[in-house]
Amino acid sequence: MFSASTEAAEVVLKSGWFLENAFIIPIIPALAFVLIIFFGKKMPMKGSEFGILSMLAALVMSLGAAYQWIQRVNGVSDETYVKPIIRTWTWWQNDGVSLGIGQHIDGLSITILVVVAFISSLVQIYSTEYLHGDRRYTHFFASLTLFSAGMLNMVVAENMIQLILGWELMGLCSFMLIGHWWEEGANSRAALKAFFTTRTGDIGLLVGTSVLFFAANDWTQKTLGVSGFSIRGLSAWALSGDPSSAAITVGAIALFIACIGKSGQFPLHTWLPDAMAGPTPVSSLLHSSTMVVAGVFLVARLYPVFYEGMNVYGNSVNFIILIGGVTIVIAAVLAFVQTDIKKVLAYSTVSQLGYMMMGLGAGAWLPAVFHIFTHAFFKACLFLGAGSISHSASHHSFDMKKDMGGLRKFMPITFSTWIVSTLALCGVFPFSGFFSKDEIIDNVGYAGYNFFMIVGLFGAFLTAAYMTRATYLTFFGEPRGAAAGEHHDEEHGHDAHSSHDDHGHDDHGHDSHDAHAAHDSHDDHASHGPRESGLIITVPLILLATLALSSGFLNAPAFGEKWENLKKWVEPRAEVVSVTGIAKPAGAHGETRTAALKEAGSYDSPCGSKTPVGGVCYAPQLKHAPFKWWKAGLSMGIVFMGMILSWVLCVQLYTRKNKKLVGLTERNKLLGAGYSFLENKYYLDTLYEKIIVRSIAHPISRGAYWFNQNVLDGIVNGAGTSTRKTAGWVYRNVDQKLVDGAVNGAGTTAENAGGALQPVQSGKVNQYGALLFGAAAIGALVLVIINF
Amino acid sequence: MEVLSDHNWVLTVGTFLPLVGVLIMLFIPKADEALSKAVAIGTAAATLAVGVFTLAQFNYDKAGEMQFVANAEWISVIKSSYYIGLDGISLPLYFLSMVITLLVMIYSWNHVPSPGNAKAFYILMLVLQTGMAGTFIARDLVLFFVFFELVLLPMYFMIGVWGGENRQYASLKFFLYTMFGSALMLVAFLALFFTTGAESFSIPYLIENGGEIAKNTQIWIFAGMFVGFAVKVPMFPFHTWLPDAHTQAPTQGSVILAAILLKLGTYGFVRIAIPILPDAALEWAPWIGLLAVIGIIYGALGCLAQTDMKRLIAFSSVAHMGYVMLGISTLTSFGMNAAMFGMVAHGLITGMLFFVAGSVKERYHTLEIKRLSGMLVQMPKLGWILGFCAMASLGLPGLAGFWGEFPAILSAYQPAEGLNVTVFRVYMVVAAIGTVLAAGYLLWLYQRTAFGEPTAEFAAGHGHDEDIHDVNKFEWIAWTPLLIAIVVFGVYPQLMFKVLDPAVGVTLKAFGG
Amino acid sequence: MLLNQFLMLGAVLFCIGVYGVIVRKNAVLVLMSIELILNSVNINLLAFSLRNGSVDGHTFALYIIAVAAAEVGVGLAMVLLMYRNRRSVGLDDLSEMKG
Repeated sequence: MFSASTEAAEVVLKSGWFLENAFIIPIIPALAFVLIIFFGKKMPMKGSEFGILSMLAALVMSLGAAYQWIQRVNGVSDETYVKPIIRTWTWWQNDGVSLGIGQHIDGLSITILVVVAFISSLVQIYSTEYLHGDRRYTHFFASLTLFSAGMLNMVVAENMIQLILGWELMGLCSFMLIGHWWEEGANSRAALKAFFTTRTGDIGLLVGTSVLFFAANDWTQKTLGVSGFSIRGLSAWALSGDPSSAAITVGAIALFIACIGKSGQFPLHTWLPDAMAGPTPVSSLLHSSTMVVAGVFLVARLYPVFYEGMNVYGNSVNFIILIGGVTIVIAAVLAFVQTDIKKVLAYSTVSQLGYMMMGLGAGAWLPAVFHIFTHAFFKACLFLGAGSISHSASHHSFDMKKDMGGLRKFMPITFSTWIVSTLALCGVFPFSGFFSKDEIIDNVGYAGYNFFMIVGLFGAFLTAAYMTRATYLTFFGEPRGAAAGEHHDEEHGHDAHSSHDDHGHDDHGHDSHDAHAAHDSHDDHASHGPRESGLIITVPLILLATLALSSGFLNAPAFGEKWENLKKWVEPRAEVVSVTGIAKPAGAHGETRTAALKEAGSYDSPCGSKTPVGGVCYAPQLKHAPFKWWKAGLSMGIVFMGMILSWVLCVQLYTRKNKKLVGLTERNKLLGAGYSFLENKYYLDTLYEKIIVRSIAHPISRGAYWFNQNVLDGIVNGAGTSTRKTAGWVYRNVDQKLVDGAVNGAGTTAENAGGALQPVQSGKVNQYGALLFGAAAIGALVLVIINF
Repeated sequence: MEVLSDHNWVLTVGTFLPLVGVLIMLFIPKADEALSKAVAIGTAAATLAVGVFTLAQFNYDKAGEMQFVANAEWISVIKSSYYIGLDGISLPLYFLSMVITLLVMIYSWNHVPSPGNAKAFYILMLVLQTGMAGTFIARDLVLFFVFFELVLLPMYFMIGVWGGENRQYASLKFFLYTMFGSALMLVAFLALFFTTGAESFSIPYLIENGGEIAKNTQIWIFAGMFVGFAVKVPMFPFHTWLPDAHTQAPTQGSVILAAILLKLGTYGFVRIAIPILPDAALEWAPWIGLLAVIGIIYGALGCLAQTDMKRLIAFSSVAHMGYVMLGISTLTSFGMNAAMFGMVAHGLITGMLFFVAGSVKERYHTLEIKRLSGMLVQMPKLGWILGFCAMASLGLPGLAGFWGEFPAILSAYQPAEGLNVTVFRVYMVVAAIGTVLAAGYLLWLYQRTAFGEPTAEFAAGHGHDEDIHDVNKFEWIAWTPLLIAIVVFGVYPQLMFKVLDPAVGVTLKAFGG
Repeated sequence: MLLNQFLMLGAVLFCIGVYGVIVRKNAVLVLMSIELILNSVNINLLAFSLRNGSVDGHTFALYIIAVAAAEVGVGLAMVLLMYRNRRSVGLDDLSEMKG
């Protein structure tokens, strides 16, 4: 047997300028932010040119880095571990611990970089039209650019502290952007709620980072020469067999709590729907495609920690998959009772984030990351589409029932991009969602979590149903309200004043959002009905819809292994590598894995299941469900069923206004004999509905929404009120009465003592004399006694 | 050590130059306010120049050693000498005191509160400066005590004469409370002197011999010092003087109090109590940590209950100093570094917050949160600065406050050997919860005062228009250095850590680093 | 010797004197009582001096007499002033204290 030396030749990996200097990518928008702050107002386009140019530059650099990374991966065999490009500079030194700031570029970073840069660019371009004339146009672009800088920084971060920096910066910008029109109290309240909820989750981030640092630092310093904050170090440490299960589990749970907050998982999801108070570009950038995936990104980035800490592939259900699964269903059910189109999309986002988390909890790393990728495109497209509708059709209203309907005739481009994105969201072949979402469900089942696979399928059903409802209300049926051209034209003579109470259509019934404030933008509302939006709005929509259609083919196991490009480029190879991270061919006697596979029939790297010998592992070995067309057919069937059911229900309820259905919530006495014919027809349908649709759609989802608003959110609000009340009580009774009382009491005591002793100073000479003699007598007595 | 090396005059000059200015100002007639102010500002600027010189001449590679040492005979009867020196721990605070004094003086140019008398006001500030600077360079306990007490009188007068409505009560409370603590501290100093053989009051000598004192005695001596310093910090439950002092003090007094005077207490712990009595420190550390985290939560709760802006910021000081004390109580290098950094950061940030509060008071004549709203509409720049400071105060990464908070929390996970790990980890979680509460009260304050529309009382055209103006040029000059420093230290904390780390290492030698 | 009797006399005079200082309101009477006290002490001293056969007691008594004379001089001057200002020699009228 040929016994090669165990130290085989090192593999040479290609690199490039974009990869080596990817740390510049977050710096560009950061500089742009500073420029906008100082010079924005004076620029011809009010600062937006800095923002857009910086994002396009970041996009170019990201694409360049992506190209070079692909070359790097293609240059080695399929089993070789592709080392990330890591560069650090010393940021902070304390007690022998040296903290760096730098970049850690691998497939995951590049994927998210491209997504963030691309969508940020589109959204910024879109915003020039959408927020034209806004009272704080420049600040908006400043915040938006700073946000992108923060997210890009988080994505390239080399260690946890740098990641926390980006994470918190995003939270700050989210706060500023949600509360962009802070004149209305509801907006600033929503901004605060978002900040607090994510901050509460961030307790977990701080605690988790600390726990992991102290647990890992010794090992990482000894083996790899990096601190316990470094992402590379933590990943290797988690798979090394060194960590005590308590430490790594506590660390993983703590970090996951932060992810629950940031990525809107149950039970910290309540801030996301309220965040819709911000302008629509903000919703489409932060609260659908980029910021909210930060939690998913963290889990994916430090996957070995979660893999070991939460015992993925273990026999029992783990925390991540549980939360993900619960979130999917809860959010999807809530989406049914919304009348605000942005809230439907918000709940849909929460639900899709649940999919990503569930996937990660089940070991479906690649499908989850791919879903981040595809979801970003179609969700952003949906949100921008909603913005387009509000901008040009429904007069800044987002109420589907009151101000939309039948818009497909007036807004063909918006409609078609919406349909494409909806189909992608529902996971219809060949749109992108099919290749990502269905892969998640498939892999969840393959990993043994059958219950959650059913949850995922059920979620797909619900997704199809509520999106169909939303689509129907918006684009089909008869135009209502503003869409019908009824808008309060009389009031449009004025603009740029703070109070909007004379607009009359204040009765949206939910938090105000860009409805009112955007009015100080264009006032060219000479009576017109809904019309398609301008190019600046529709071109981004078309671009995103095209990607929603095509991006799925980046990783399509349906067509064979040759099409699984993302897996090849992005998924970290689970190989044992030497300490410097350069790949060693694995297997016994220096043979490559392919050879070992041929010999043994199958070969799984030890990463994740056994302690690696003679090197370190950076990623665990994951399972990949093989694609089967019948599984695809099943899920598609479920999706179509959802669509059809929902369509029928919508037609009945909204267009035909079946009084059996409408009368569930309102007792409407406007019945005439003319409807009896329709009623008869519908008896058949109502039988069907009562069994399946009605029991799902109305009582349960309404109940769930009630629970959400009154119990969960009630707890949140109650926590706030009770803290304030406790604070008041503690302050009044403990601080002012007790503690300060003791202080004041000391003073009073001294005063009283003084008062008690005062009579001695009477001014009466006789008394003084008496005292004198008395004291002398006592002194004499004492002397006598002593000397006796 | 009778070292007459070059530069041993630097610290003496830097500390006593303000008194020279006082001397000159005594001859200026009271009515000539502009000249008084000019002389005072000139003196402060000259002092700052000496400080910059000190900064430049400081040997950063040897930040752990005492530099610019001067040791002269003073009161040899009680074996106390004039022994001063500067190391990495003292340097940032020493320099900060000079900067703050100068900026406060610039701010006061047209802001001298009623009843006026700029000459007396500025003289008091100069005397304060001497006291503050002296405390940070003293290497002899009696000298330290003298400077420590020196700052009380000017502050008493500042609050008592130039303060708000309830100033008599507040200033007296401040004075007596601190003096009570100092009395116990003096007893402790004397006990220290006698139990080490009545040889010397000098700190290096006591550090060498302090460890040999019997442990029980050490604990009692530490207790005395603890009370003295804890009142100053202020730690729960000795903090009740602070809200009153801050609310009633004029802006300048509040800024100096928050920025520097509170640090005298924590500095005392780091410089005197812990190095000299290491065994007692180990015994006391869990209790200090407990009071610290109670302070964090309690301070935050207190903030949420406030209706007065300045009082809210005062309670936030209690909460922030809780983080500093938590870092100190871990007795690790990590924690101490965090604590020292936090001291400087708190000084910058809370100093700024009090400046802003003072300006709000000047414009709106009220600090009641209920009556304030829509600051961003009427005074956008001031509103932005308040927002910036609020973000810095709640510990946003990228600004200075984060590097005081997070490493303190981190250090609590692994305290020094001999301390109960579980207890400190509980403290860590509580402190992390405190960050959420911090966000709570700061953003709540910001939302109430800056967002929304201006209240009817102060809306445009209601008679307050001349008062309500945006930031003026004196305020800009006074504030810009602080704002820049908050960002610079937030983005590149290494600037301060490389100075602090060696000195902290030396201080913690007794604990194994 | 008659030591006991002398001591008794001294004690009685002392008590009368103390009583006078404490109870009397008239300043002159108080001064007189003080004289009584001083002289009672004198008697005491002389008695013991005779018993011991030394002159220490006598010397001391002479001193006391001299001091008493001076003290009376000053005391009466003060009483005079008091009378001029308050038109009375009652000690209670002197006090300006409120307690």
